Amino acid sequence: MISYIARRLGLVLLTLLISSVLIFVVTQILPGDVAKAILGRFATPEALQGLRAKLGLDRSLPMQYGSWLVHYVQGDWGVSLSTGEPVLNLVAARLRNSGMLALVAFVMYVPLGILLGLLAALRRNKAADQIISIASLAFIGLPEFVTGVVLIAVFALKLNWLPASSAITPEAGLLEALPRLILPGITVSLVSLAYITRMTRSATVEVLSTDYVRSAYLKGLHPARVLFTHVLRNSLLPTVTVIAIGIGWLIGGLIVTESLFSYPGLGRLLLFAIQRRDIPLLQAITLLLVIVFSVSNLLADLLYAVLNPRIRYN
Amino acid sequence: MKVSERSRRLRVLVRSWARLRRNPAALAGTIIFLFFLLMAIFGSLVAPYGFQAQNIAARLTPPGAAHLFGTDQYGRDIFSRVLAGSRTIFLLSGTGTLLAALIGVSIGLLSGYYGRLWDEALMRVLDVLLSFPPLLFALLLLATVGPSVLNLLLVVTVLYVPMLARLARSMVLDLKTKEFVEAARIRGEGDFVILFREILPNAMAPLLVEMSVRFSYSIFLVASLGFLGLGVQPPSPDWGLQINEARSYFATAPWILLFPAGAISLLVVATNLMTDGLRQVLQPGTGR
Amino acid sequence: MADHPPVFHTQGLSIGYETESGLLGAVRDATLSIAEKECFGLVGESGSGKTTLAMGAIGYLSGNGRVTAGFSRLRDQQLTGLSRRRMRRIWGSRIGMVYQNPSTALNPSMRIGGQLAEIARRHLGLSRVEAGRKARDMLARVAMPDPESVLRRYPHQLSGGMLQRSVIAMALITDPELLILDEPTTALDVTTQAVVLDLVLRLKRQFDSSILYITHDLAVVSKLCDRVGVMYAGEFCEQADMRTLYKRPLHPYTLSLLGCVPRFEREAGKRLLTSIPGMIPRLDELPQGCVFAPRCAFVREECTIRRPPLVEVQPGHFSACIRWSELPTAAEYARAAQVIPPHPEERREVLRIQDLKKSYPAVERLFGVAGGEQRTVKAVDGVTLWVRQGNTLGVVGESGCGKTTMLRAVIGLAPKSSGEITLGGAGLDPGVAERPRSILKKMQMVFQNPEASLNPRHTVGRAIGRPLSLLSAVPRGELKSRVLALLRAVNLSESYYHRLPEELSGGEKQRVAIARAFAADPEVILLDEPLSSLDVSVQASLVNLLTELQEKNGVSYLFISHDLAAVQHLSHWIAVMYLGALMEWGDAAEVFAPPYHPYTEALLSAIPVADPDVVQRPLRLEGNVPSALNVPGGCRFHTRCPRKLGRICETQTPPWREGKNNHQIYCHIPLDELARLQAEKPE
Repeated sequence: MISYIARRLGLVLLTLLISSVLIFVVTQILPGDVAKAILGRFATPEALQGLRAKLGLDRSLPMQYGSWLVHYVQGDWGVSLSTGEPVLNLVAARLRNSGMLALVAFVMYVPLGILLGLLAALRRNKAADQIISIASLAFIGLPEFVTGVVLIAVFALKLNWLPASSAITPEAGLLEALPRLILPGITVSLVSLAYITRMTRSATVEVLSTDYVRSAYLKGLHPARVLFTHVLRNSLLPTVTVIAIGIGWLIGGLIVTESLFSYPGLGRLLLFAIQRRDIPLLQAITLLLVIVFSVSNLLADLLYAVLNPRIRYN
Repeated sequence: MKVSERSRRLRVLVRSWARLRRNPAALAGTIIFLFFLLMAIFGSLVAPYGFQAQNIAARLTPPGAAHLFGTDQYGRDIFSRVLAGSRTIFLLSGTGTLLAALIGVSIGLLSGYYGRLWDEALMRVLDVLLSFPPLLFALLLLATVGPSVLNLLLVVTVLYVPMLARLARSMVLDLKTKEFVEAARIRGEGDFVILFREILPNAMAPLLVEMSVRFSYSIFLVASLGFLGLGVQPPSPDWGLQINEARSYFATAPWILLFPAGAISLLVVATNLMTDGLRQVLQPGTGR
Repeated sequence: MADHPPVFHTQGLSIGYETESGLLGAVRDATLSIAEKECFGLVGESGSGKTTLAMGAIGYLSGNGRVTAGFSRLRDQQLTGLSRRRMRRIWGSRIGMVYQNPSTALNPSMRIGGQLAEIARRHLGLSRVEAGRKARDMLARVAMPDPESVLRRYPHQLSGGMLQRSVIAMALITDPELLILDEPTTALDVTTQAVVLDLVLRLKRQFDSSILYITHDLAVVSKLCDRVGVMYAGEFCEQADMRTLYKRPLHPYTLSLLGCVPRFEREAGKRLLTSIPGMIPRLDELPQGCVFAPRCAFVREECTIRRPPLVEVQPGHFSACIRWSELPTAAEYARAAQVIPPHPEERREVLRIQDLKKSYPAVERLFGVAGGEQRTVKAVDGVTLWVRQGNTLGVVGESGCGKTTMLRAVIGLAPKSSGEITLGGAGLDPGVAERPRSILKKMQMVFQNPEASLNPRHTVGRAIGRPLSLLSAVPRGELKSRVLALLRAVNLSESYYHRLPEELSGGEKQRVAIARAFAADPEVILLDEPLSSLDVSVQASLVNLLTELQEKNGVSYLFISHDLAAVQHLSHWIAVMYLGALMEWGDAAEVFAPPYHPYTEALLSAIPVADPDVVQRPLRLEGNVPSALNVPGGCRFHTRCPRKLGRICETQTPPWREGKNNHQIYCHIPLDELARLQAEKPE
């Protein structure tokens, strides 16, 4: 078990390292002379040279990468080219906001998705299953920007129950911001909800057809006991993995949703960085998001290993 | 009982049709998908107006006789624009998925079959590519190379090669230990014959299903990119782009947004249903 | 027996499945009774409906199955028609069930103790602590080594035998009135099977339960059951007490089934197994009259008109054959089968394996780089064998003994680590890819699993045609006629040419595989357990086919199996393997007669013989097979040998002792001493 954890950890670190190289290389190809972009077209060659040296742009690529990585790990993420503020501060604030939104969404779609998936599996091919399956299929097809606009139009503009824009203040706490988080939360949840529902359903259907579930019934056990002790323990295992993969979708969904609702989160900051060619900002956010995704996958793997006796005791 | 080659093929077809018929949703999905495909190919012949044709006088007219889906803020006919948009989608998503399949499956097959260091290295590379959330990766690449149709195609391809390679590889790993492959080896079949005539035909079913899944994801992705402004650029009739342009008019002229949105959703759902049907036909015994 | 009411009784029970083509009758008009403390053997091949009958009788059918007629009772409690809720009180408490595959019958995420205790808590009302204690007691009663620690383990940590014991413990924990065992030993090793059967016999004496034992294995039934019922295609053909059934069966199907089981013959000549022509009919294509008529050797016209009912033709003996009084006895029927004259002894060698070794590194890999100490699995550890022209060499041993690895090394799929392999005098390259086509042509193979040995996307014609065009360079024009000739040789009609494997039965697939192996006219054919997943009657017909083909073509076989009787039937020479090395080898008649190696002796005594009169000495092996990572020193069998001499067995490798006709035994005990010990009557 320890060796399993060590191996997974090692793999994740290696992957992150290579990813960082990839990010760095890709962003360096961004056309446009950074120095010129800052100082303007009429800057003298000496001034440009000086700025390049100051920014460290005249060193070799591997050295630039090395220096960037070392600083990154230490928390020094450079300075934003467009606003001049330290990248770390910018990102930190936005990260908190995105985190709140993600949390709200997560709390909405994970328990509901599992429940619906279970219900569909237990009542498979009956009315409840048909409804849930068709609905989840439908929601999977609705991109966030479609649902978002519709939700805004109906709940915000027509009914006026919730605010249309979710531009929260930087100091707002979770509770305070909650009303503004509901619409974007629902928007970003729907696709993930559909996905979790479908995966849970198929995992549960598979478990229901195993020999050991059949023998559990033939032991005369109460169906509730069979469900909780025999079915769930085994069908929720793959669900853990599925939830982790879903986080990749969630991140993508956040980017779109934040843009739609004008929510000051990391996604919007990323788009901003892309528009402004703000390389340090872009690099920092991308790497951060990749780290978040990888860590959540790692945690899911570890959780899976703990819950699965075949891995825990070997 | 005389069993000839032709009657066998016929029986396989009949069986597949029977299986598909049992799932009316999948059947509906397939039909709708094919309909969109036809629109993509022949749309320009059917469209009443050019997708760029502006008519300021008729701007913001609701759906009616002259304009089936109404007009947008520039007086462009939305019906024609939706039709034209399907071409973009199929061009990008369809071609991208096909390319990704060609490249990914080849890589996966070779890597799984020959194994050893190349295989390990490939696995690490795939791991890296898969550690990026898809939309993020697309944005990163497009930020670098700029959003043109060719670049979008490239992005879609690169994005979906890893999953297809991984699937092909795991199929090969599973199949290459099967006895019929060993029987081929002991009668002296060459490697390529084994890969392409023994192994690949048996891996086609899950690969086709996966390709169909990727296709539906890519529609989503291209539309999202269009919405964010990093996809196909105006004046292209890309659906996501149309929705972005329609946001501000939603309160007064909702049809500008609703029709392209409906088109996206319908196509994605239809593709998903079709995938379900494909799974039932090709891999009976899995899923439902 | 008649005065007490039966514990379990079904009357005219019919069970059907709802399918797209309508209601299929899987079980028709089944009547049986099991008395107090009686063990009833329900025998049938695949498709006979025996499991469906049991499941239907206790009210547990899958989605589209239902009871269409008749009823079943547990003592005076009606079972059919009972609601699930009420059945739940009966399942697990009054009826216990043991399945075929113990590893899938247990929840992989739950400890063994928990799975046992939950039954005790539910049906016996015990508290958590009491249930735990009861679980431990039950494990002890099923002779589980170290019950305390097994309680805390998960299924994946236990061996097949231990798992099956756990499942048996689960079934008996409530002291049920009826115990149903559905092929409980099929998935287990021969020696493990013997141990489990011993256990069931013992439990039969200790517990008061009546037993319904479902199996296809006639030999097991003869050791365990008091009464037997034989089913075919959903109906009972015959029911009788066990001895009577074996000596004097009163139905042609039973007669032929008994004839299909290979027996040990002391004579040099071999008997052809009786085989049953044709196939089990499909449920939607049942014949008009007697369901066995299309395949029956004693069929008359009246048999095809009306379905004969199961009637009591003699006291306690039921038969569904109208010609029951005219049938021969089992002995007469067997004798009537054709005898093949023995071969002349000395023939030239075609294949020789000299000191073959095959090892695998057992190393943990991190990032594809090896780390940690180097440990090797010695799968094959120095084996020397040879096969003569037109003869069969049978290699027996249990799973893990290395026989499959050895075969794969010979054919080149798992290249040897060291040693020599010569074919027709010429040395062979280790890997199959390095061997020229002319060599490949001379040696072919039939694989174990008929399901996986044919490419699902290739037709039969293509499968058989490829070796012809690749190895025999047959021009395209001639291909089809050659393939058809091969199909005829394996008794398959021309219509099979265009068929896909999914349209064939297991036996037919294996025939195609045999035809494919023969296609390029090889000198040697390697057979890797080709019969193990097939029905008894199908096995018999394939054994006959292989014998016939060997006669006609003069091909040599290297045949590996764990089924000793089939091996003895087919082989001229036999080798016994254990943990990668040979223990004994020689002429077939000599090896399976005393004196034999203690391991051979244990194997022979573990396999039940389908003859109630034969009393076998229960020589059971202790412990588990050691891992091939740590081969014991000296004689590698010493850790389990029931005739171990002492220190000498642990430290010195035993010498080869030579007996009659080149018979070799690898043991420290001298031959005459072995003969004396093994001739002693069992207590």
